[in-house]
Amino acid sequence: MKLLVAVKRVIDYNVKIRVKADKTGVETANVKMSMNPFDEIAVEEAIRLKEAGAAKEIVAVSMGPQGCQETIRTALAMGADRGIHVLTDIALEPLAVAKLLKAIIAKEQPGLVILGKQAIDDDCNQTGQMLAALMNWPQATFASKLKLTAETAEVTREVDGGLETIAIKLPAVVTTDLRLNEPRYASLPNIMKAKKKTIDQTTPEALDVNVQPRLTTLQVTEPVKRQGGKKLGSVEELVDKLMHEAQVI
Amino acid sequence: MTSLVVAEHDGKSLKGATGHAVTAAIAMGGDVHVLVAGAGCRAAAEEAAKLDGVAKVLLADDASLEHGAAEEIAALVLSLAKDYSHLVTPATTFGKNFMPRVAAILDVAQISDISAVIAPDIFERPIYAGNAIARVQSRDPIKVVTVRSTAFASAKAGSGNAPIDTVAVPASSGLTRFVGNAIARLERPELTAARIIVSGGRGMQSGDNFKLLESLADKLGAAVGASRAAVDSGFVPNDYQVGQTGKIVAPELYIAVGISGAIQHLAGMKDSKVIVAINKDEEAPIFQIADYGLVGDLFQIVPALDAELAKKLANR
Repeated sequence: MKLLVAVKRVIDYNVKIRVKADKTGVETANVKMSMNPFDEIAVEEAIRLKEAGAAKEIVAVSMGPQGCQETIRTALAMGADRGIHVLTDIALEPLAVAKLLKAIIAKEQPGLVILGKQAIDDDCNQTGQMLAALMNWPQATFASKLKLTAETAEVTREVDGGLETIAIKLPAVVTTDLRLNEPRYASLPNIMKAKKKTIDQTTPEALDVNVQPRLTTLQVTEPVKRQGGKKLGSVEELVDKLMHEAQVI
Repeated sequence: MTSLVVAEHDGKSLKGATGHAVTAAIAMGGDVHVLVAGAGCRAAAEEAAKLDGVAKVLLADDASLEHGAAEEIAALVLSLAKDYSHLVTPATTFGKNFMPRVAAILDVAQISDISAVIAPDIFERPIYAGNAIARVQSRDPIKVVTVRSTAFASAKAGSGNAPIDTVAVPASSGLTRFVGNAIARLERPELTAARIIVSGGRGMQSGDNFKLLESLADKLGAAVGASRAAVDSGFVPNDYQVGQTGKIVAPELYIAVGISGAIQHLAGMKDSKVIVAINKDEEAPIFQIADYGLVGDLFQIVPALDAELAKKLANR
């Protein structure tokens, strides 16, 4: 079985983001970029499936500007076999990404597509579900455990009240939650090897997909800041403040 | 202009998040209808009919809807979508699961996790784990929206008496099958609905030590939560997790015990009205957003706080 994993290039999760003064977005110039953490989990899961003999080939796809090549190289260094880069400077919304993935699926015919449940920049949590709908495939979102057979995937999902297990017919879409696995670091030899792996480049035009945004961002602002920092001396003082000053107990 | 709110429920009653989504839908203008989809869920539909501001309830009752599978719920919502200007649901794991399928088939953008309604086509939503707020305008004919519960008050269960119409359910896709679940039976309030939350982090050192927090919680009528570090360490199950990737909460009082205050945790609780931090590291980032901080060993402070609360609250 062939596995397709989607990887997004985002501002590194350790970077404290800055909103631009003109309110058009957040500062991305000279900011460290990395693979979306949930997508790392997706790559790791694909590699484990391959190592367990449940999959033969892993194709990593990323979409966006030239820099996405680095993100694909990271996936290749972890253990993906080859990459596909959809080159565009248009800021892609989840629906556009889902349509592009659909076009790639038509060529690649994977048995399973694994994506992160959400990207940590736009926090949308949409792409996997949208792709599944466009393909008329079943989906298993927020996966914390994945068992694959030739025709089905049994997936344990993290839901609000606890865990839920479903069985879905393949081909299907799975999106990863945090506890599915702990992604590996690429070893130096594997990083060197990854430089020789192929990355095919294509464009939305070549895939015949209209990726014009549907939403207009009117402004991006900083959230209201909290005033904290007051320290108290004793639990008696704390209980007194909670009862009489804040009046919350 | 009419909005359809897709309700989250457990068959017998509505989940709290539904009431918040109704309030957001009312803010979008026009009539509000509520869809209750499930198996044997008339009681939840009757509850929805009483909510203030609800003009009509649609009841879809079919075995295929019992477990709220995204494939089935999405197909049902799509069969009703043409009559609506807005499709709205809570941004819970239920809503997040099916709603993007609806948006994709309608070929429209989804606006996820909105925190404010500025106009019928303009919404605000947090991005970058709440470290920025984006105001976006949708040009699509149907607005597909998920709602952050903590940003909207809950619609009141009033004297409403909206009619309940039964709607036809599309044939099941057969793509997905429910195998089982492990849903925690809580003796305490649910995190997202609790007025007070006591949360523990890595500093708790073990799952056993969470008993200290449970005792505190029981005195305050509070829910018990945890940071990602505590969940990843196996102290408590995943459904305890508060944070960017766990639950987003905004109670009246949030007591953070042994939690340092990683960005991803703050993203899930910084809209709480009053925040108390108990931590031995006085440089911990949690203190920067806490209204009241106590620096010291939590294994001394928490039992002392427990005793003080027992004393003070007993007099009331």
